[in-house]
Amino acid sequence: MGLLDVAGINVFYGRVQALRGVSLSINPGEIVALIGSNGAGKTTTLRTISGLNHATTGRVVFDGRDITAVPAHDVVRAGIGHAPEGRRLFPRMIVFDNLMMGTYARKDRAGIPADVARVYDLFPRLKERTKQLAGTLSGGEQQMLAIGRALMARPKLLMLDEPSLGLAPILCETIFRVLTEINAQGTPILLVEQNASKALDIAHRAYVLETGSIVQTGTGKELLSSPDVQRAYLGM
Amino acid sequence: MVGSLKQARIAFVEAPIGRLVNLLVILAVLYVIFILAMKVVGQGPSYFLQILTFGVANGAIYALVALGYTMVYGIIELINFAHGDLFTLGGFISVFLLPIFGLDASKAGTAGIILPLLAVFIVTMLICGAINVSIERVAYRPLRRAPRLAPLITAVGMSFVLEGVMFLWKGPFNVPYPNLLPTTGFVIGGATIGVKDIFVIVVAGILMVVLALFVSRSRLGKAMRATAQDQDATELMGIDINRTIAATFFIGAVLAGAGGTIFGLYYNTMVFDLGFSAGLFAFTAAVFGGIGNIQGAALGGLLIGLITALWDGYMESTWTQVIIFAILILVLVFRPTGLLGMRVPEK
Repeated sequence: MGLLDVAGINVFYGRVQALRGVSLSINPGEIVALIGSNGAGKTTTLRTISGLNHATTGRVVFDGRDITAVPAHDVVRAGIGHAPEGRRLFPRMIVFDNLMMGTYARKDRAGIPADVARVYDLFPRLKERTKQLAGTLSGGEQQMLAIGRALMARPKLLMLDEPSLGLAPILCETIFRVLTEINAQGTPILLVEQNASKALDIAHRAYVLETGSIVQTGTGKELLSSPDVQRAYLGM
Repeated sequence: MVGSLKQARIAFVEAPIGRLVNLLVILAVLYVIFILAMKVVGQGPSYFLQILTFGVANGAIYALVALGYTMVYGIIELINFAHGDLFTLGGFISVFLLPIFGLDASKAGTAGIILPLLAVFIVTMLICGAINVSIERVAYRPLRRAPRLAPLITAVGMSFVLEGVMFLWKGPFNVPYPNLLPTTGFVIGGATIGVKDIFVIVVAGILMVVLALFVSRSRLGKAMRATAQDQDATELMGIDINRTIAATFFIGAVLAGAGGTIFGLYYNTMVFDLGFSAGLFAFTAAVFGGIGNIQGAALGGLLIGLITALWDGYMESTWTQVIIFAILILVLVFRPTGLLGMRVPEK
């Protein structure tokens, strides 16, 4: 039993099937990457885990609890932090208030200042912009804030959807460096990425998703050297 | 909707003929203001003060109703056309409750009315809130993911349902509302400022300040602002958006119920379809101030009340509705985000 076990989930949008029997698991301390092309179902997988979508069949078990049918606002309380696709910040709130929204579900108010300090430590840029409206931040800063906001709930598992999308290479580097740092501090990460080489580079294990099904799995290194993955996702 | 209106506005302003039209509209507005100013000066200051008092009292009621429109629009982008009828319903419920709490014309103007009246206000507000939450649950929530037009038409339908219920309950004629408040007043600068006027302004003012503090400080207020900006992200923060949206309908209806009760106490008459025109005025106020913006609704309500009073007092009162809706059109054409607007930075 891992920290998170997804077992054979089928997910539909109306009559279109988005996921076909997807199974994956995450163990404590791991970074797990989920790679695949556009429309493969990566985002749907994350949305189904965090309760924004629901599986028709199959099970999602987190920390020993079946969360398949649990609504999103309770999944957060169970301990899954999700920085969604497109960042989804609150554009008309300042940076600090966005971070505070991340603490909404928390019970221990006392630990919040330390976590704000931790986020500002990971992303000094956010500290400089603490009073700025989130909607006026640059793309990279928005991504930092999205990750920081998810961290503010003190998740037992952090899920990130395309954190490097649309970012300059230098900012990409920063984001991936911070992700390994967050992981080293003890938070497991489920990472969805199109930038397969970067993701596989930092991931302990990875899954390859194609048109709604898992087609390959292995350690990050194994997949980096797999000819199929190289051809389809690494452009070699 | 606002986006396309904005584009329409740009096209309108940039076309060469548009520029001429703009000029004509500005001249017409200036002409009307000039005529009004001449009459104001001609009639003297005490009459002006009287009209002003009336306008502020009236505007306070519009503001209370406008807040409900703007809060619901702010959170789910629905113009809740049934909202004006909740205002009327608030008046009807309170007139029903008055004798139950021992309030009748014999107690008019005495200090003994204060506590029972407070109780009537609270019960009316709670009932209105509960009704609006039920309406949201039954009529709007199932359509949350439907095309925008479906809940809009449903809201018009709910408006008819509520008016029908009130028609069956009280009939088509004016319903008298006991004149409980003191009819005395203070004479200031030749104008009489009634206890009634002060009552309306103070009660509405208190409710609006409480609302503003609630939305800016409370946890639920934060959840409401978050839901208005991004529903999925709000869910991911651990906030139940269904509950938040229901709470928004509840608060809107609480204010409308209070508004209806205040209206009854002020005008001493109600009618089943009052909410249709009052609702449209309040809706205009919300758009005028910037729909979705709470301060805007309060400001818009006040301005609509003042404009109504000025027009009724100095010009032809039969034209007042025309003027109000002309303002609605002008705002939508020239400044669709209203006076205060919504602050919407690019995502």
